[in-house]
Amino acid sequence: MAASKGLKILVGCKRVIDYAVKVRVKPDRSGVVTEGVKHSMNPFDEIAVEEAVRMKEKKLAGEAVAISVGPPQSQETLRTALAMGIDRAIHVEIPLAQLEKLQPIHVSKLLAKVCESEKPDLVILGKQAIDDDCNQTGQMLAALLDWPQATFASKIEPSQDSKQLRVTREVDGGLETIDVSVPAVVTSDLRLNEPRYATLPNIMKAKKKPLAKMSPDQLGVDLQPRQEVISVEDPPVRKAGAKVESVEDLVGKLREKGLVK
Amino acid sequence: MTSPPPQLRSQVIALYKNLLYMGRDYPKGYAYFRDRLKSVFLKNSGVKDPDQIKVLIGRGEFVIKELEALYMLRKYRALKHRYYEKDEATTSATTSSSDKKAPTKTQ
Repeated sequence: MAASKGLKILVGCKRVIDYAVKVRVKPDRSGVVTEGVKHSMNPFDEIAVEEAVRMKEKKLAGEAVAISVGPPQSQETLRTALAMGIDRAIHVEIPLAQLEKLQPIHVSKLLAKVCESEKPDLVILGKQAIDDDCNQTGQMLAALLDWPQATFASKIEPSQDSKQLRVTREVDGGLETIDVSVPAVVTSDLRLNEPRYATLPNIMKAKKKPLAKMSPDQLGVDLQPRQEVISVEDPPVRKAGAKVESVEDLVGKLREKGLVK
Repeated sequence: MTSPPPQLRSQVIALYKNLLYMGRDYPKGYAYFRDRLKSVFLKNSGVKDPDQIKVLIGRGEFVIKELEALYMLRKYRALKHRYYEKDEATTSATTSSSDKKAPTKTQ
């Protein structure tokens, strides 16, 4: 090991329904259909993983650990992270029965507990998951740990002594640059980097990397839901348009609707 | 008939497996990709010249790079469309309005 071991990074990755899948709402409106649907790593978390791996490659980080809170299948997601270049993984297994009731507050509490034992210098999370779009976990984690937070990061530059991070944030209508001292929580935005593809040889190699399993009970976190999902609805369907034959037709139709006089 | 060196054979098999794995994410579906991949490999299965096999492996590796780029771009575009369309509209509106301003001044 080198004298300066660099930052220790913890990266969160969530297993979500693949971005390319057409999501269907369950007939009873209690949620969405997840059985037999392709899942993959949340794209914003992929960006977080990529950032950690890049910092490792630049020798800015010493160790990169991935963590996923989710069902047994989340291990596949963690394998993907390991294939991208993460050193080891932690899986906090949630029983399928409790999975639907799992909310960001629980995830952030679990992550905070793991941070107590892992003592990372930096936690990188995706800014939000593409399934529930909560955009809360990172912020809640920073609050629970009482660490500084830099959300929607599009650039992360550690200072010479790795005690500070200069983070460029995407805010409404522009960019904001802030300095945060480590340990800190950073959430990744879309333009932070372009994640690499986890190729088959790397997935195979990743199977040899360590993956530890934990349970919420072990971490002493209560998973009692704080919110209740009342109903999940499909987005409104776009109404079909109509073709008009001529300009006169168009004007006539517009007049009918009272859009032109 | 002389057969090509065995290490080339394993390279070709590895290439086929890697491509097959990537096909699972192909936009037109795995079956579409797999059928075409198989027919392309079958078409060149008669090639015995080691140099030509190397050229073909190189081409396969190029396809892997292309597919990686395609998947990355597709995902990036999908997310941008889903989460950033509004600010994209405002930025394009501001740029187009500033574009429009310039000619009106000259007029």
